[in-house]
Amino acid sequence: MIRIENLSKQYGATTVVDAVSMEVERNTITVIVGTSGSGKSTLLRMINRLVEPSSGRVLIDGKDTRSEPAHLLRRRIGYAIQGHGLFPHRTVAQNIATVPHLLGWSELRIGARVAELLRAFQLDPAEYAGKYPHQLSGGQQQRVGVARALAAEPSVLLMDEPFGALDPIIRSKAQDDLLDIQRRFGTTIVLVTHDIDEAFRLGQRVAVMSQGRVLQYDRPAALLTRPADSLVARMTGLADRALRLLSLTTAGQIATPGSAGGPTIAASASLRDALSEILWHGAESAQVVDERGAPRGSLTVAAILAHGRPE
Amino acid sequence: MRRAARIDRLGVLLTVAGAAALAFLPFVVFKHNRILPGDPLGLFAALPAPAAYACVATLILAVVTALGVGHAKTRFIVALVGIAVVAFAIAMAGTALTPPGNRVVRVAPGAGGWLLLATLVLMATDALTRLRPRPLTRVLLLVLCAVAAGFALGHGVFDQLSIMREYAVNAGRFARELHVHLWLALGSLGAALIIALPLGILCHRVPRLRAGTLGALNMIQTIPSIALFGILMAPLAALAAAVPLAAQLGIRGIGAAPAVIALFLYSLLPIVANTVVGLKRVSSAAVEAARGMGMTPGQVLARIELPLALPVILSGVRIVLVQNIGMVTIAALIGAGGLGAFVFQGIGQTAIDLVLLGAIPTVAMAFAASVLLDALVETLDRIPP
Repeated sequence: MIRIENLSKQYGATTVVDAVSMEVERNTITVIVGTSGSGKSTLLRMINRLVEPSSGRVLIDGKDTRSEPAHLLRRRIGYAIQGHGLFPHRTVAQNIATVPHLLGWSELRIGARVAELLRAFQLDPAEYAGKYPHQLSGGQQQRVGVARALAAEPSVLLMDEPFGALDPIIRSKAQDDLLDIQRRFGTTIVLVTHDIDEAFRLGQRVAVMSQGRVLQYDRPAALLTRPADSLVARMTGLADRALRLLSLTTAGQIATPGSAGGPTIAASASLRDALSEILWHGAESAQVVDERGAPRGSLTVAAILAHGRPE
Repeated sequence: MRRAARIDRLGVLLTVAGAAALAFLPFVVFKHNRILPGDPLGLFAALPAPAAYACVATLILAVVTALGVGHAKTRFIVALVGIAVVAFAIAMAGTALTPPGNRVVRVAPGAGGWLLLATLVLMATDALTRLRPRPLTRVLLLVLCAVAAGFALGHGVFDQLSIMREYAVNAGRFARELHVHLWLALGSLGAALIIALPLGILCHRVPRLRAGTLGALNMIQTIPSIALFGILMAPLAALAAAVPLAAQLGIRGIGAAPAVIALFLYSLLPIVANTVVGLKRVSSAAVEAARGMGMTPGQVLARIELPLALPVILSGVRIVLVQNIGMVTIAALIGAGGLGAFVFQGIGQTAIDLVLLGAIPTVAMAFAASVLLDALVETLDRIPP
């Protein structure tokens, strides 16, 4: 668990982060979203002390981050940034092995960990371990960047706009991969983005920041149905908030037993996608199936619409 | 495959130059003694007829190749063969024209002989540029040329030419001056590296320092070398007079001390400037990631920044090394020694062969240093930043 207490950062007379307090739950993805200049990156970088706070403190699992030298702290915390920051003169395997090397792991253990991570990110170790970053595609570089951040099995992973440089299709795939990886390794992830869709898609909890302050820190649905103020409401999107709300629930979650007519929809699809599919087929309902194609029940338009408004 | 019969333009130029050299300029010059102006001799006057015809045949082959027949590789090989044949012909002329046992007459390459060699070297360089050989190939070619030249020299092929006569008279001194020459060039480079690398890193880290430092070093670079030697003379002489220890260490107004200091000062700018540029081109994301993963500032510098900046820093070292090997020649003027001693002695005695004895090895060393370091830079720079 990460506990941020009254954290501030001033540069001269300018306050970049203004008395932020929040708690990040263990084994979750927490997203900090805000416009550029909102102080979200500075807040993130104060967690691993790339930026030293002006006041306040950060506790990780109850331990003050200032109780050890900054570089030792950072070796225990994963860090991935936009544009991946891979070392161009080192191979994929050497890049991933960076922190394990700094920690003095044995070569045997490092080799096994590198291979495990490459496989977890769908990169064949035999093919990719010896390649240099410039020989990879943008999506592969980004995956290696995240694999490198996870190499020393950190309990906390900080990500600063990790998908910012990717095109929409690869970006969507990278987001799915991150959700998988988080489930697999159980890492506590704090991710910074300016993209509200990305925040809603990835974050179990989302902090909305503006001008150095956290305006609201809540579950995505609560941000939509009970925005703290008009700025949060505007940032989370007034015009399509109903559709956004639908995108937070999956078809499998509200499917009722029995069968009805209409198109077939995957249980993992969001209600927003389900509604779109039903409209497209001119139907009133849909069949929900799981990933193996087994029926999970059915779904009506009325049931979907009931989830598109505050209770 | 259709191929337009195109005539190579550089080939035409080289052919015209080579033909003019052969027809109108002396192949070798025969002098009755070291100082007297010599008699110009053409190819056929200098060599026995069969050797002269063999030489002409080789040159015709070179012309045909240069005008557009054949691949760049063929051109390169033909040009190398041409260089070897012309060099050997000049050497042979020396043997043929010198009466047995005579140590007074001098035979030297004439303007025509030099021009022929120059056109063939140009042809080889042009072919090499088109071939774009890999760094290792270039180094191997350099070694091959050095071995061939060493073999010919070792077997006394050129012994009857006047430059080798000068060498024979000065052999012991030549080894000493060569040693001094290398020591001055490499010593000042080493000293410059010790100061310039940290200074470059500092300039990269502290932008406010950058403009002032580079400006000052730039100003040093504009001082002519002879002037700088002169400027250093007075303070060093005063230092030696005031501090006996300095004098005991060999620091004087003239000699090696001002030479090393001047060369050191000239070496600073290329290394500092290239270190700054090299560090600047290191991706800031890579540095940020390295810090974020827990590298100490020293580790970031040693493992990420310096390795990535190394090719640019080394190309600065290349500039300095080539520049120093050449500039040491001038340091002979203030009594520092080195191969320049032969050059200035030769100028004083109007003995052009003695000048060449100092100049040719200097050029060869600078060329070799340039090829070696270029190859190293290119090998290291394979990975884009």
